[in-house]
Amino acid sequence: MSATDIIGLSAARAAAQIAAGELAAEELFEAYRIRAAEHVAAGLNCFTWVAEGASGGEAAAPLGGVPLAVKDLFCTQGVPSQSGSKILEGYEPPYTATAVSRLTAAGATLLGKTNQDEFAMGSSNENSAYGPVLNPWNRERVPGGSSGGSAAAVAAGLAPWALGTDTGGSIRQPAALCGIVGLKPTYGAVSRYGMIAFASSLDQAGPLTRDVTDAALMLRHLVGRDERDATSLTFPEEIALPNAERLDGIRLGVPKELTAGSAGADGEGIEAGVLDAFRTALNRAEELGAEIVESVQLPHAPHALAAYYVLAPAEASSNLARFDGVRYGLRAEGAEDLLDMYTRTRHDGFGAEVKRRIMLGTYALSSGYYDAYYGRAQRVRTKIAEDFRTAFGQVDLIVTPTAPTTAFKLGEKTSDPLAMYLNDFCTVPMSLAGIPAISIPCGLSEGLPVGLQIAGPAFSENRLLDAAHALELALGFDGSGARV
Amino acid sequence: MTALEPVIGLEIHVQLKTKTKMFCGCELSFGDPPNTHTCPVCLGLPGSLPVANAKAVHFGLMIGMALDSELAPRSIFHRKNYFYPDLPKGYQISQYDEPLCLGGKLGEVRIHRVHLEEDAAKLIHVGASGRIQGSDESIVDFNRGGTPLAEIVTEPDLRSAEQAGEWLRLLRTTLRQLGVSDVNMEEGSLRCDANISLRPVGSSELGTKTELKNMNSFRFIERGIRAEILRQEKILKAGERVTQETLHFDPSSGVITSLRSKEEAHDYRYFPEPDLVPVAIDEVMIEAARAAMVELPADRAERFEQEVGLTAESAAQLAFRGELGDFFEAALLVGVDVSAQTLANWVTVELAGRLEDDPANALVTPQALAELAGLVASKQVSVGAGRQVLDRLVAEGGDPVAIVEIEGLAALDGEGDELAAIVAAALEANADAAERVRGGNPKAIGPIVGFVMRETKGRADGGEVTRLVNEQLGI
Repeated sequence: MSATDIIGLSAARAAAQIAAGELAAEELFEAYRIRAAEHVAAGLNCFTWVAEGASGGEAAAPLGGVPLAVKDLFCTQGVPSQSGSKILEGYEPPYTATAVSRLTAAGATLLGKTNQDEFAMGSSNENSAYGPVLNPWNRERVPGGSSGGSAAAVAAGLAPWALGTDTGGSIRQPAALCGIVGLKPTYGAVSRYGMIAFASSLDQAGPLTRDVTDAALMLRHLVGRDERDATSLTFPEEIALPNAERLDGIRLGVPKELTAGSAGADGEGIEAGVLDAFRTALNRAEELGAEIVESVQLPHAPHALAAYYVLAPAEASSNLARFDGVRYGLRAEGAEDLLDMYTRTRHDGFGAEVKRRIMLGTYALSSGYYDAYYGRAQRVRTKIAEDFRTAFGQVDLIVTPTAPTTAFKLGEKTSDPLAMYLNDFCTVPMSLAGIPAISIPCGLSEGLPVGLQIAGPAFSENRLLDAAHALELALGFDGSGARV
Repeated sequence: MTALEPVIGLEIHVQLKTKTKMFCGCELSFGDPPNTHTCPVCLGLPGSLPVANAKAVHFGLMIGMALDSELAPRSIFHRKNYFYPDLPKGYQISQYDEPLCLGGKLGEVRIHRVHLEEDAAKLIHVGASGRIQGSDESIVDFNRGGTPLAEIVTEPDLRSAEQAGEWLRLLRTTLRQLGVSDVNMEEGSLRCDANISLRPVGSSELGTKTELKNMNSFRFIERGIRAEILRQEKILKAGERVTQETLHFDPSSGVITSLRSKEEAHDYRYFPEPDLVPVAIDEVMIEAARAAMVELPADRAERFEQEVGLTAESAAQLAFRGELGDFFEAALLVGVDVSAQTLANWVTVELAGRLEDDPANALVTPQALAELAGLVASKQVSVGAGRQVLDRLVAEGGDPVAIVEIEGLAALDGEGDELAAIVAAALEANADAAERVRGGNPKAIGPIVGFVMRETKGRADGGEVTRLVNEQLGI
């Protein structure tokens, strides 16, 4: 088999070929290793570290020998785990995150660590201390974020699949901007142990893959209760590999709050080209037998972004307090006393966006402001979860565009944080509600991929994957334009 | 100016005697080499997550039951955010407005709340200053970090340093009886802060309070509170105002210094800990805690009074100092023919007066004390000689009968000639006193008895001596 043929295999097919003895795991690993190594601090800059050889990867195991790219923020024993931050430059943890060890126990081999926005804060991957990742569809554009390195690596064929994390859209949005599949599971479905935290009540690990079947395959080996994560839950059923080809009888809700076109210069709403691709996909869904329900409402969803940008920074301001220069990571030299050491270390170690969110979160939690900000945002969060519960009484799944725009140009939004935050407009409500959502590519707009988001009730991943699979087949999206 | 009344509330931190730490599987330790009981969780490494220790919750419920608190069906953990090198995550996981136990009472003091939290690591400052400012370097030992703590907060119901000390002893005994903590102040498993304010007697409003931090022995607590009451009294009598601040009492110099004022107080930015789920208490947990309960000091005092027949005072002394109560009960079990009250007096007066430490570690055994009490009760040994025997038992241990024999401390028999001869000598030597006794003044017998006791080294029985004096004087 030629190297090109090998790279052309999905993870599921590669695993099947290895199991059948038609492909050697070493050959597969080496093909990817060579390609990935060219994109460390060069090329697409989507890797921060690439393995020198395969470790583990039982051929007999279900993921036997399939290489896995892992977002930098997952702790991997003895391997740099820097969360895109200078403050953790060269940091090698003494233990491995549960999500990673579950996949390697199932036979996956660690290919490399992928670039990301610093501490997962960003929607463009421009906030990485290790430089921006470029979008393989157009290198002048961003891959989305914060799992930008993971998304770009999969889209470019530098990894068969990748593990990412999603707090407000950090799997789904880069998947959309890079033309691949990204799934954020139900909150609690996947252990967070060993994920360097951004916002604990929102962070979830999930797959970034070339197709829906690969997403299901990875998810099957990710989910499950972990004694080390008190918030993790037992998944009520096994994740099945999807085989649906039709959507007969499935009611798809299209909430107007998240699918309105951009009305003016304020930057809110969905870009026309994105809406076109979205509407075309809905037509396809109808042809497959789905019922499109336009009357479904998520009345509080427009407030989701505001609530999110209080809650997530509040948790982050506390989660990032441990980076103090005392035990690991960067410690600024020449400090006069303890406070000076703290101040200098954090001044030198954190990037601008991280500092901005620490300040936002610190303010929101301050005595006298707590109720007005954090308390109120929590109440909005409750309302949004109720909205979804009500909506799922009326429809089976909810569909929206994943991101309001296609991949934008590097530098285009870096000076305007609020414009950048609007990237999460369609994805944040599901994060706040803790429900699963998948993004699949649904077409191109001016040569750039557009993502379709499908969300369902908690633990409805199997239904979600089935619907996504049927649509994927019907849409026949061709991602080869991003291969390098 | 009207008289001032101190108003004191205590905040007590108790290290729980669980096998492992509050939020990870590391074993608790004391005195082991630094940083040998650590893991990613208690070191606050990136990505690590806490999981609450079920045993600590169990102990918390037992404490709540012992303090007659209301057990919250649902309580949550909060993060208390501040930076310090002994706090690896940059926040302490504690409970805030939804604690495990609410309200309650122990003795005459109401309990405000009881909650669970994790202990900080230990800082060792190398260099002359001994504090973080000006030290050459500071070393952190994370062995202690993450040890489960129960924080017990009282209402401001205490009115003096002595009362605070007494009540704290009762609390310590209660916790020790429960078996939830070593409650050792020197080792830091029991720590106490005091909130102190003064107000005019009769007023029901509270004055401005100060918080006196971390006093590490019962003596220092009482001295510290006394010193702070005096300091505030001076300020108020001078017509000035007390500043709300956190204070440190230096037991060696007796000086109180300010750690931080209200303006410098931390804003801890409490918010619910998102890494943990709420603690939901169910019937099974409550039943388990109830089953683990033991007899508490207040109940024990009642039993000593009602069933054993001790005076209320003896019963309380033995129950509230549980180690004395244990010693007493062990001595009672020996079955010597002596009344329980007499035995109680031997323990609370004679033994307690001779021992600093827990009598369980003393050389004198309950068996020996009971036998000694029996020898005295049967007049084989006089009270005075009995005290000498106890001195020996406390110093060296041993068998009271043997000590009596070796030291020749057996009571002088009133029927024998030896004591009669000494009494005769005493009457001769104290002719004046003898005359007055004969003249109808029995109190004048003192010098005569004193003479006999000196001559017999206390071996004579006082009653027997009086009898002989009267006999020889023909009364």
